[in-house]
Amino acid sequence: MSEANAPMLAADGRPLKKSLQRALRAQKLRALLLIAPLLLFILLSFLLPIGDMLFRSVENQIVPDTLPDTVKDLSEWDSESGNLPDEATFQALYFDLFLAAEAKQHSRLGSRLNYERPGISSLFRSTGRRLDDLGEQYQDVFAGFDPSWEDAGFWFRLMSAQGDDDAARDVLGAERNRVAKLTGIDTGGDIGFVPSATMAELLPRTTREYTAFAVYTVKDKNDVVAEEEPWESVYAALGLDLEAADPSAIAAYSGPGAEVLKAAALQAGQLPVIDYRQAMIDIDEGWGQESNWQTLKLYSGEYTNGYLLNAIDMQKTPEGPELKPEKQRIYIKLFLRTMALSLAITFLCFLLGYPIAFLLATLPLRTSNLIMILVLLPFWTSLLVRTASWKILLQQQGIINDLLVWAGIISNSGRLVMINNATGTIIAMTHILLPFMILPLYSVMKTIPPSYMRAARSLGATDWTAFWRVYFPQTVPGMGAGAILVFILSIGYYITPELVGGTSGIFISNRIAYHISTSLNWGLAAALATMLLVVVLALYWIYDKIVGIDNVKLG
Amino acid sequence: MCLAFAQDFGVVTACNRGKDMAAEPGEGAFVAFEHVQKSYDGETLVVKDLNLSIGKGEFLTMLGPSGSGKTTCLMMLAGFETATHGEIRLAGRPINNIPPHKRGIGMVFQNYALFPHMTVAENLAFPLEVRKMSRAERDAKVKRALDMVQMGAFGGRRPAQLSGGQQQRIALARALVFDPALVLMDEPLGALDKQLREHMQYEIKHLHESLGITVVYVTHDQSEALTMSDRVAVFNDGVIQQLADPPTLYERPDNSFVAQFIGENNKLHGRVTAIDNGRARVKLDDAAGEVNAMAVCCGAAGEQTMLSIRPERVIVGAGPEQNALAARVDELIYLGDHIRCRMNVAGRDDFIVKIPNSSAHAALRVGVETNVGWLTEDCRALDAA
Ligand SMILES: Nc1ncnc2c1ncn2[C@@H]1O[C@H](COP(=O)(O)OP(=O)(O)OP(=O)(O)O)[C@@H](O)[C@H]1O
Ligand SMILES: [Mg+2]
Repeated sequence: MSEANAPMLAADGRPLKKSLQRALRAQKLRALLLIAPLLLFILLSFLLPIGDMLFRSVENQIVPDTLPDTVKDLSEWDSESGNLPDEATFQALYFDLFLAAEAKQHSRLGSRLNYERPGISSLFRSTGRRLDDLGEQYQDVFAGFDPSWEDAGFWFRLMSAQGDDDAARDVLGAERNRVAKLTGIDTGGDIGFVPSATMAELLPRTTREYTAFAVYTVKDKNDVVAEEEPWESVYAALGLDLEAADPSAIAAYSGPGAEVLKAAALQAGQLPVIDYRQAMIDIDEGWGQESNWQTLKLYSGEYTNGYLLNAIDMQKTPEGPELKPEKQRIYIKLFLRTMALSLAITFLCFLLGYPIAFLLATLPLRTSNLIMILVLLPFWTSLLVRTASWKILLQQQGIINDLLVWAGIISNSGRLVMINNATGTIIAMTHILLPFMILPLYSVMKTIPPSYMRAARSLGATDWTAFWRVYFPQTVPGMGAGAILVFILSIGYYITPELVGGTSGIFISNRIAYHISTSLNWGLAAALATMLLVVVLALYWIYDKIVGIDNVKLG
Repeated sequence: MCLAFAQDFGVVTACNRGKDMAAEPGEGAFVAFEHVQKSYDGETLVVKDLNLSIGKGEFLTMLGPSGSGKTTCLMMLAGFETATHGEIRLAGRPINNIPPHKRGIGMVFQNYALFPHMTVAENLAFPLEVRKMSRAERDAKVKRALDMVQMGAFGGRRPAQLSGGQQQRIALARALVFDPALVLMDEPLGALDKQLREHMQYEIKHLHESLGITVVYVTHDQSEALTMSDRVAVFNDGVIQQLADPPTLYERPDNSFVAQFIGENNKLHGRVTAIDNGRARVKLDDAAGEVNAMAVCCGAAGEQTMLSIRPERVIVGAGPEQNALAARVDELIYLGDHIRCRMNVAGRDDFIVKIPNSSAHAALRVGVETNVGWLTEDCRALDAA
């Protein structure tokens, strides 16, 4: 008994299982090598794009990348409080937006948020145009203090590190990162400027903004920092820094430009006192609307479920996701229609394809070859040509209507509408997808020997009983394969519904294409595609449960 | 008469009496083929003027080489092919226009044709279901049929889960479950190994006897045909060459095709010199001598003929009155119960003699010169095909 339980040993005394595994490993490796190119191809051309699509459907980097500080401050804000965000948030918004506007990224953010709140893009565009005014108020005052403030070289000396000990590398790194995220350009490498740690201590905001200015000037514009006058935002930062600075610390400063800085600090009382909140609202009153801020806060994360919610006719609100208003719900309806039409097409394909496949499998070779050519003919004609010919056949002044009128079946005024609606889509797509039903059915039927039918009839079954009880059940795997092929192909079909579907016969894919090429809302397109993928996988799963995927036979 | 027939249809052999034997489809015939012809393409006849009557309860085998038209005949009987000409009658009724499902003929196919999507029991219930039998009656009959082929425990299995022999039994049971009076079997044992085949032959034969059904059986295995059948119809080229019971077929073949197709056969070629009282005097080719044989199908004096002698009927060391011919032993094969001896006789080196393994023949060695001969009754002069 115990011997039977002990592992079997190979001739060399190793366990048989291990020996077998070792023997098989080399074989497996060779097989793997053979399919490696295909695997790689599938990985690159199939899995990666799908992965990218899934990623895009939740990706929302652009908001935190463009307004990093604003987003951080907004997380503290209670969007239900009925108040606007605090002054610090508005200051952060000013500086974030200023850099974004310089890099011309603010309108991109506007377009992104416009998907969620139509109209908001104009807020960003108009704000971007008018941000300079605010900094200029400071700039003029500083120029009055000392003309050096208008000298690019002076600024460069003032902000530059006095040697390695004084280098504020962390600030430089942070600003490189900020510009890189905003613009997407590579901000590594020497920029001919290193911020001073002393300054970073003394004038933190100014150092940050100046460093950002320096990084952007060198990396995007290829200019020399020391020769460029700083942006208005740097003056605004200096103004804020001097207001908040500890006078004794500035008095103790002795580096380059110390005299000029000290003089400015002493006259700080003359600087304009700017209410950033009011200033931003003056630039565009949109900043005074809570709802705009709510949208910004809702979409401030790096990832968002907003696109996906949108794809199922829901929206994010401060209270959580909820259904969109009745009139704006379009996608669920479109998904349902896509599925209903695909089912209809699959069913029609089956109805038309089954007898043809049966003929193909039972007729003598010469005749069946001819039919096979007719079946495959659609494959040899361009999809566009076929679809166009359906247009010619089905349109109201088309051949079929003409014939029906001529035959007196319909009146001239009652010509049928068979194109540019769901009917047109169903007819044209049934025609196009028919071979995908016929071929698997045929290959399964071909393997059923005629002796089964003969046996059934010799046992007393009528032709119909023999077919229904004996032949038909054996064709189920072919039906399964054909149905799955046709259904999955049609659920994602694009070109035919686009051409003959009108408005009532278009599919979800047409909407996806619209978002990719016209509205440029790739996130939503990706979310819709993701939903489509989920629906197909779910249907596949249900199919597997009901029919069993083992029951599918392609040949 | 034979000759005229042969010319009409381009038949090679001049002698087949199967036609004569079945020409009078007696009143009692259960199945009758009358002048049945069949062509698939309108150019060649696959079955040429078939006349055959099968009695009730008979086990008739159609035996013949591949392509000789056996399956075609069976399919015409089952109703899957229509006769191009002629009439087929079942129990006195012409059935040419009756569809297969109304003929009530059980059929066993070579590949069994068990429905793969049904269990064994469902397969057996199928013919009963289409006959609208009640469930209780159905179950009882299925059980009885399964027990009959000793497969009672396999009702719940799928055909794919059975061995070839088991599938064969189920196919048999299915063909019998609805109590048909006539069962057709088209090479039902073709896919089985030798041992199983022999066992199944016995079982089929046994079932035939106990059920009293009529069986038309197709095979190209002659030993199967000889062991099982009441009568065997030897087919060649769409024509029945001989229709007879197994001993007659073996002992008294009507023509050279049958002689060579059934069992082992020695042939010697020669020319008839005289026919006297049913016996022919034949001068062998190559001047090997003159011998006597039964004149079965040899034409008149002066015509070519082929002599047929079974290897076990050859007498080694024969005297002059026993048609003795000089022979030389070429090869000896020891087979236990007998010794196969290949000899050179009358210029041919494929003359086989079966010698019983007894001490009397211990002296035979390769190269030994001796005489072989036969009793005139054991040698048949046939057509020179
Ligand atoms: N459906 C068909 N169409 C055309 N010719 C056919 C058809 N079926 C059979 N034949 C021809 O008829 C002839 C007789 O065929 P059949 O099947 O009756 O032979 P068989 O005696 O059963 O041979 P086997 O022992 O090989 O089964 C063959 O020459 C075959 O080619
Ligand atoms: Mg056959």
